[in-house]
Amino acid sequence: MRAPLALRAAIISLLLFVGLIVVWHIGTKQTGPTLKMDPEYAKLMGSTVTQGKSAMPGPGDVGAKIWQHLQDPFYDRGTNDKGIGIQLVYSIARVLTGYLLALAAALPIGFLIGMSPLMARALDPFIQILKPISPLAWMPLALYTIKDSSISAIFVIFICSVWPMLLNTAFGVATVRREWLNVAKTLEMRPVRTALRVILPAAAPTILTGMRISIGIAWLVIVAAEMLVGGTGIGYFVWNEWNNLSITNVMVAILCIGLVGMLLDQLMARLQRVVAYAD
Amino acid sequence: MSTAFISAQRLSRRFPQASGAGELTVFEDVCFSVAEGEFACLVGHSGCGKSTILNILAGLDQPTAGHVIAAGKHIEGPSLDRAVIFQGHALMPWLSALGNVELAVSSRHPSWARRRVREHAMKFLALVHLDGSAMKKPAQLSGGMKQRVGIARALAIEPRMLLMDEPFCALDALTRGALQDEIVAIHKATKPTAFMITHDIDEALLLADKILLMTNGPRAWIAEVIENTLPANRTRIELHKHPNYYPLRNHLMDFLVARSRELAAHPEMRCKDLHPAVVRPAVATSTSQAAAAVAPQQPGQASNGQIASGHICAV
Repeated sequence: MRAPLALRAAIISLLLFVGLIVVWHIGTKQTGPTLKMDPEYAKLMGSTVTQGKSAMPGPGDVGAKIWQHLQDPFYDRGTNDKGIGIQLVYSIARVLTGYLLALAAALPIGFLIGMSPLMARALDPFIQILKPISPLAWMPLALYTIKDSSISAIFVIFICSVWPMLLNTAFGVATVRREWLNVAKTLEMRPVRTALRVILPAAAPTILTGMRISIGIAWLVIVAAEMLVGGTGIGYFVWNEWNNLSITNVMVAILCIGLVGMLLDQLMARLQRVVAYAD
Repeated sequence: MSTAFISAQRLSRRFPQASGAGELTVFEDVCFSVAEGEFACLVGHSGCGKSTILNILAGLDQPTAGHVIAAGKHIEGPSLDRAVIFQGHALMPWLSALGNVELAVSSRHPSWARRRVREHAMKFLALVHLDGSAMKKPAQLSGGMKQRVGIARALAIEPRMLLMDEPFCALDALTRGALQDEIVAIHKATKPTAFMITHDIDEALLLADKILLMTNGPRAWIAEVIENTLPANRTRIELHKHPNYYPLRNHLMDFLVARSRELAAHPEMRCKDLHPAVVRPAVATSTSQAAAAVAPQQPGQASNGQIASGHICAV
């Protein structure tokens, strides 16, 4: 009897994970030549020279660091010493603020573009030019006009997540089946009712696809944005730990960024299933 | 004789051609009328603009020229008085069967409470024998059941006019028969004025009091109005046993196979006063063969039942 597909896949995943850890461990454990030196000098030189240890932390180091962070993820001991949990909360809050603002803008404008071929044509050149601009290119302009680094980061999230939602909303609205609109017309539904009861549910799967793409992009961009604006957030944490030369912390942060990104994506996937319909 | 409830006067519809060169006149000077409570079927080949005529009646399309008067008013747009049963059921797939009917009911009666809307919708689902599948989504229903929901949705708003665009063409023969029986029963019970497009001659003979025959396009027109001479209590099973069945069927067949094309090639055959001839095919009673034509209608006047020989008014 063969085990179910999910189980077999899980076994392979686990084997790959173990293999990765083993390779990582072997790659970082090798001891190089050690030098005898003055203990004071040895302190300055670090363990690479004195104990022949690799400069790259091994899985054990990272594991221990994760454990240490898990003990107290939300501590706050001043500007440059905050728990990784707090930093993640800052980043998630920024992403959600910018993202929800973008959603609030993208839905009505997307409806407008989707329902009016005139507005679709009129707005098209703006969208085509603004869409390919790297969100970080807006940063100086945002800092100069807004004069607040945290709000500037939110603006950058807004500008990067608005496009997929806008275009998908417009596409979803424009491609609502004629027959459903005809039903709404023969039922003498008012425009607002048609928009809410027919067009929105019909376009919802397409809109949600845009929202899922957007949240992914927003989470990618926040790290870079926070490296620039500094102060708080997981992006700043990564850069700060790089300045501290704590590669272990950088690795822990990378893992956290991946996990949170996955959670956000899964959340959107769940929402997608809620609004999906079989036709 | 009752006065016309729907009256189409010199309807024409032209579409701009895809090549950009000029316009295509799909139909021209189409005139017909349907009395209150009457069941009319429009029969013709694909491309003659049948669906466009139905869309004009529904208020979803506007004629290029001419106009339609329904219940004493110009048709200017869609109305809850004219329910449409669409060809492809057109159910909202994200709503359950009940939800689809409820959407229509709450559009008709915005002031009704949820419970009342639900009860009303359930009543009409029960009418089409779908009260057991009320919570199912359209994707979980068979083609026939979906179309039943479409019928329930149309009937639930209690329209004065029922417009049907080949509602059963995508269904298998057995399902189609069952649904036809239901339409017969529903029409008998509620007597809405009905206008249906169909390809199916037997369907037209079973359902319609009056069959409008349309020539081929472009520039199609309604060449004849056939009065159904079968008894009013006809059933699908007994239909073909009536002596008038074959004269009627042959006449319709002959029109669809040959005359619809011939007439399209000879626009001069068009009636001078634009009103189609009324024909009552029946077993021969005089020297004229199976078909006997009534004199062309005068504008705004229904058939007077006077028998004259000949097929079409222009002969």
